[in-house]
Amino acid sequence: MPDLDAPARALRGIGVGPGLAAGPVARMAAPPDLPAPRPVADTERELADAVRALEATEADLRARSEAAEGEARDILSAQAMIAADPTLREGVAERVRAGEDAAHALRATFDRHRELLASLGGYLGERAADLDDIAHRAIAAVLGRPMPGLPSPGHPFVLVADDLAPADTVGLDTGTVLALVTERGGPTSHTAILARALGLPAVVGCAGILDVTDGTVVAVDGTSGQVRTGVGDDEAADVRARAAEERSRLAAGRGPGRTADGHPVDLMVNIGSAADLRGADLDGVAGVGLFRTEFLFLDRKDAPGLEEQVTAYAEAFALFPEGTVVVRTLDAGADKPLPFLGLPEEPNPALGVRGLRISRDRPDILDTQLEAVARAAEKAAADVWVMAPMVATPVEAAAFVDRARAFGLRTAGVMVEVPAAALRAERLLQVADFLSIGTNDLSQYTLAADRQSGALADLLDPWQPALLQLIAACADAGRRSGRSVGVCGEAAADPALAPVLVGLGVTKLSMSARCVPAVRARLAAYDRAECEELARRALDAADAAEARAAVL
Amino acid sequence: MPTRTVAVAARTGLHARPAALFVKAAADQETPVRIRVGDGPAVPAASMLSVLSLGVGHGTEVTLEADGPGADAALDALAALLARDLDAEEPADA
Repeated sequence: MPDLDAPARALRGIGVGPGLAAGPVARMAAPPDLPAPRPVADTERELADAVRALEATEADLRARSEAAEGEARDILSAQAMIAADPTLREGVAERVRAGEDAAHALRATFDRHRELLASLGGYLGERAADLDDIAHRAIAAVLGRPMPGLPSPGHPFVLVADDLAPADTVGLDTGTVLALVTERGGPTSHTAILARALGLPAVVGCAGILDVTDGTVVAVDGTSGQVRTGVGDDEAADVRARAAEERSRLAAGRGPGRTADGHPVDLMVNIGSAADLRGADLDGVAGVGLFRTEFLFLDRKDAPGLEEQVTAYAEAFALFPEGTVVVRTLDAGADKPLPFLGLPEEPNPALGVRGLRISRDRPDILDTQLEAVARAAEKAAADVWVMAPMVATPVEAAAFVDRARAFGLRTAGVMVEVPAAALRAERLLQVADFLSIGTNDLSQYTLAADRQSGALADLLDPWQPALLQLIAACADAGRRSGRSVGVCGEAAADPALAPVLVGLGVTKLSMSARCVPAVRARLAAYDRAECEELARRALDAADAAEARAAVL
Repeated sequence: MPTRTVAVAARTGLHARPAALFVKAAADQETPVRIRVGDGPAVPAASMLSVLSLGVGHGTEVTLEADGPGADAALDALAALLARDLDAEEPADA
């Protein structure tokens, strides 16, 4: 009955995971709204309902825990134990006996424990959010609503949600999820990072997607950001065929990155530890463009010792016997707190003591890290470079380079995340051996838009001409000095943006390993003069949407 | 009332997996056991939320208390558990 079908219509968001997909929508259920309180006639029955809801929540979490692995398994198992907590049950019983209905008794009891945990701060403060998740589940159970969380419709589907938090995506089955589409979220949101890590097509900030009902077939273009709803069988089949073709075409591309006319571009990967590369196809990859070292420091009471660091770095260096590994020194601060640093809370953590700024008070932490990198590098075949995060001035850059050289590290550079650094790129390159542009932070600081803000996703878009202009300034400085200027933020993983960045003069692109084939294929389609023309068009646009439209 | 005082050996303190192991073991005892830090209020050891809320860090001394049949055996078992570095142990069923 084609006449009765909703007409196909196009929604638009920001494409953050390249690729095509088509399939039926399954929405992640939103947390249930609490209805108005109601008087309770039979308190014992009401209490039995509340207890059953907690038991159902526990059973659901337990089942999910048993299906999960590793850390996710532990987290879900601990959540199941919380749902089964006798103290919680007593609190609910007390409130129901005092006349509250089951849903409100659950909400109020969870809230009290939530406040208690939140007031303790740190690790426990973070668990407060888990408690909310458990509360939503128990309340949904008592109200007879669908459990919030990942849907499991029993067939492959396009996952639609308001936004995705890390806890939502634990146990996400990449075998059945075809694509991710979220109503909110921006290019640096968890959804975007997850999509790239999993190699799923994804669109974020897609207004109106939550109004699309479950089962509606949509076609998702994770490059352009377009989501077509209500597409017919023929169009869906066509999209699937094109997606399959695209995948086999990408898989066929091998070798190092270069433009159609052979201009070389180093394709590199971002890693948090050696484990990130397990099973990755590293054909043609020139090395690690961003080795985040935070993993060694998280959840620690004391800083990791020299020997421990040497071992961890050596493990990562061993993976690239012929490549370059760029180590970023500790990037922590009030937004990524580490207990042993003893940093005070700050009103604006993103503008506070973070990254290299920590070494103002704690030079010992940087020195130990540089010494460990140098020691591990001595034994490694890889060409090891170091760089500092959050550098603002040439003086800071020079101080960092001096420290690195003092430990025998030959190649020391800085990240460009602060607009001041981009504006003074030429001066930075008089002291630093290379620049690496962290586009996530650089766009946050350039557009004055919080990275966490879904509402400002359009401003955080890496296609913003102002951001591209700062990248161009760095690349120009690199060209004049003959030094390397790379991009290691999320922008480098966007295949459509890759020729633009190369046209601006960027020489290295570093991204999640899974994104390499799509970026390599796109670069190979343009010669260098075309890249430069695309860069001119993007720079000439009035905003990100115009820039994208001018290039695609 | 029988009590045991023991320093928590788990590197992350009584959080996450060590807390889960401890709470599960407490729930498996025949006698209800309570746990407190110093002279603070004693809370049920079989309650994950109560145990987490104590905010026990690595090396913190906690006191376990129980009354009734089998209290000493229950306290010994739980004190021995807390004296182990639970973070360093692999999950048995992984």
